[in-house]
Amino acid sequence: MSTTILPPGAVSRRDVAAAAPTPDVMQPKQPRKGFLGYLMRHPTIAFGGALLLLMIGVAVFAPFLWTKDPTALAPVMRTRDPSAAHWFGTDMLGRDVYSRVLYGTRVSLIVGFGVAFFASVIGLFIGLVSGFVRWADSIIMRVMDGLMSIPSILLAIALMALTRGSVGNVILAITVAEIPRVSRLVRGVVLSLREQPYVDAAVACGTRTPVIIWRHILPNTLAPMTVQATYICASAMITEAILSFIGAGTPPIIPSWGNIMAEGRALWQVKPYIVFFPAIFLSITVLAVNLLGDGLRDSLDPRAAKRV
Amino acid sequence: MFAYIVRRVLATIPVMAIVALFVFSLLYIAPGDPAAVIAGDQATPADVERIRASLGLDRPFLVRFGEWVFRILRGDLGVSIFTNLPVTRMIAQRIEPTLSLMVVTLFLAISIAVPMGVVAAWKAGSWIDRAVMAFAVLGFSVPVFVVGYLLAYYFALELDWFPVQGYTPFAEGLGPWLSNLVLPSVALGGVYIALIARITRATMLEVLQQDYIRTARAKGAGQGTMLFVHALKNAAVPIVTVIGIGVALLIGGAVVTESVFAIPGLGRLTVDAILRRDYPVIQGVILLFSFVYVLVNLLIDLSYTLFDPRIRY
Amino acid sequence: MALLEVENLQTHFRTPDGGVNRAVDGLSFSVEAGETVAIVGESGCGKSVTSMSILRLIPEPPGKLAGSIRFEGRDLLKLSEREMRAIRGNEISMIFQEPMTSLNPVLTIGQQIGEALRLHQGLSKSQAEAKAVEMLTLVGIPAPAKRVKEYPHQLSGGMRQRVMIAIALACNPKLLIADEPTTALDVTIQAQILDLMRDLKRTVGAAIVLITHDLGVVAEVAERVIVMYAGRKVEEARVEDLFRTPKHPYTQGLLGAVPKLGSSLDGTTERLAEIPGLVPSLKQKIQGCVFASRCPYATDLCREVAPALEEKAPRHVAACHYAVKEAVAA
Repeated sequence: MSTTILPPGAVSRRDVAAAAPTPDVMQPKQPRKGFLGYLMRHPTIAFGGALLLLMIGVAVFAPFLWTKDPTALAPVMRTRDPSAAHWFGTDMLGRDVYSRVLYGTRVSLIVGFGVAFFASVIGLFIGLVSGFVRWADSIIMRVMDGLMSIPSILLAIALMALTRGSVGNVILAITVAEIPRVSRLVRGVVLSLREQPYVDAAVACGTRTPVIIWRHILPNTLAPMTVQATYICASAMITEAILSFIGAGTPPIIPSWGNIMAEGRALWQVKPYIVFFPAIFLSITVLAVNLLGDGLRDSLDPRAAKRV
Repeated sequence: MFAYIVRRVLATIPVMAIVALFVFSLLYIAPGDPAAVIAGDQATPADVERIRASLGLDRPFLVRFGEWVFRILRGDLGVSIFTNLPVTRMIAQRIEPTLSLMVVTLFLAISIAVPMGVVAAWKAGSWIDRAVMAFAVLGFSVPVFVVGYLLAYYFALELDWFPVQGYTPFAEGLGPWLSNLVLPSVALGGVYIALIARITRATMLEVLQQDYIRTARAKGAGQGTMLFVHALKNAAVPIVTVIGIGVALLIGGAVVTESVFAIPGLGRLTVDAILRRDYPVIQGVILLFSFVYVLVNLLIDLSYTLFDPRIRY
Repeated sequence: MALLEVENLQTHFRTPDGGVNRAVDGLSFSVEAGETVAIVGESGCGKSVTSMSILRLIPEPPGKLAGSIRFEGRDLLKLSEREMRAIRGNEISMIFQEPMTSLNPVLTIGQQIGEALRLHQGLSKSQAEAKAVEMLTLVGIPAPAKRVKEYPHQLSGGMRQRVMIAIALACNPKLLIADEPTTALDVTIQAQILDLMRDLKRTVGAAIVLITHDLGVVAEVAERVIVMYAGRKVEEARVEDLFRTPKHPYTQGLLGAVPKLGSSLDGTTERLAEIPGLVPSLKQKIQGCVFASRCPYATDLCREVAPALEEKAPRHVAACHYAVKEAVAA
């Protein structure tokens, strides 16, 4: 068949017809590189992260942000509207709402981060056991099913009803309610990875379980767990506020957003600002964490980004 | 099919058993003397003794648990420490407002969220999609009581369109009943709408990538037919599943919503019981809510066959 | 006027990293009424994208179409979505590669065949179902009255492809685009489906654009062949001419890559030729001939100047500087 092709010297440039070049239908775009480029491609991470950093700053530097003692009573100054002296007004005991709201950031962040951390660690452990120890799996999963069929706020309420209110107990109660979600996630990853040929091969080669966990399981759970942890952090902050709001959370002595709202509740029709200022702070903080979580999810798993 | 239903119903028994065990043992997990904790700080030793005896804390754990479960199975949830009324009767008195609130919210949320998610998936990447996603993130972030107070302040106090607080029984007419439920339902529905809209969008995005959607387009099907006839039915199973899981959010949210809008339902009952450490009531309400949740999800499981002919039991 | 005239079709896609994928780049061809034209090439050469472009099934964005696609003189690229819908499934219809996933799992066979009829011919539900039974009989599905009420998962792959054909032919289209209609099927089923398509072509009389990478299928069904490579047409000829005297080195490679039945028995065993190298990335503009990177005859000239499509023999065009030109009558 090669006889239909002329030898290399047979054709010169003058003899040939060149194809007309095809026009550009669209112009390529050059994406920006580096950390700044990453933030530009994931504006939710940039925005959520900045907001969260701001809130952490508020929590840490609360004493230096023109605040007064958040627990100082001043009966003569009861329920004053916002003014130059009291930016967010005062509550029914004459305490400065601005100071209380700023200090309240501490409780929310501690509870949010604390629950996210403990629920992740304990959930990871339970999930690993469940994924690797066959006989324990069905028992653990039944218990988790049971825990998950109690709505998590009710579970936390039930736990708080029996303990004396303290920030530690609030963290504990919410953590218990969040553990099933993490352990299910980790177990799911373990079970799907165990099906993978390379993990099978590692098992067949006699690799010990801790090594498999360290090398294969942990790196693969890290991304979904980070995302999960941000969502847990967000929902823990809301749950803490709800618990405090209905009187089963942080003790009233400690200024937390839920407590401030609970105290402002009786007066909310006449002095709505006592409820609204902590509400705005809570919403913004939770929003920051949620945006960060969404952004992380999109950037860690581009396939899932199209989904939820 | 029948065999599957029986098996599925039987499978809920261990779950409910674990819930029961957990709810029951809460009393024992708690640090310190549960009778003293329940009695509170101002209780006299005689009060503590009375509570100890009424809870049967002086007998062994398993015996107590067995008796308790047996009583529950006969429909006896015990007696309130505070009011001395049977817990079942207290629940029966409070169930209508909570049920009304949840049913109205459920309808409201599904009828808003599903079309939202469908449109967002259809116009993926457009401003509509972005708006829906922004709404979803806000729905997850702004707590139910914050939405509740904002709505009540604006629509009830400022505009006077709806009553600020309270509940009107269904027996007094549909209009008054509904007007009291609009604001609480919108407030409670926020998270739920966000959840359903998100899963609808996500599932629809996946379904819209499928080959059979291309086939439908190649046939000349319009956008509406494609979205609601070809795609939505295929997306139904995950959406319905999330609607079921989300009932947990509704239950948790109802407790708070009822506090904000002063609705005399189970949520208020729970909050009051917690403040009074009325443990039999707390146990009863948690058991009831968990039972409802398990039941709803059982029904949802069984409903899959309606949406997907490939699922046969 | 030909039934379908595609001119300088360009279908480009925005890639997630901001680049441009030039999936189809300057393709021209035409199809006469009642004719069967095959488009062949390796996977990724743009043949499926071409077929989707004709029906405007390419999502825009990330895709973008340029050039013109004239169907009975009307430029499809200038029609509104509404006008386009009236053409899809009615005047031009399509059969897809994957019968397993191309049917909607939650709708009955009858609903899916009836849909096009109800859309384009305004049939009622019961009329559409009666016609669906008729169509199933036509494509040779036994017990059609029972099958219309069933769901796709209750049918085998071959049966599903017959259903796809029934859907495509329901409205008597003037042009049928078949994108790899037999690829996903067993060999015996493939033959049945091809037979069915040939029979139906005779009874229905539609023009067919057959997209395939299977030269065996081309030889059996097509009258004219277009060879595509890297989003471009590199050769076009009547089917006998192409198989007898392929002009483009790529076509020669493709034909060499087909094992000949019985070639090992008659003693003249030829080594199964293969084309070395990889298809060039379509994300960059290609300078020179698109096939130069894999062509055994490529020279510097090929790498610098892209060859135009030239008539190398009567009704036989190829884009190669070095392909021998036979005497073309005036």
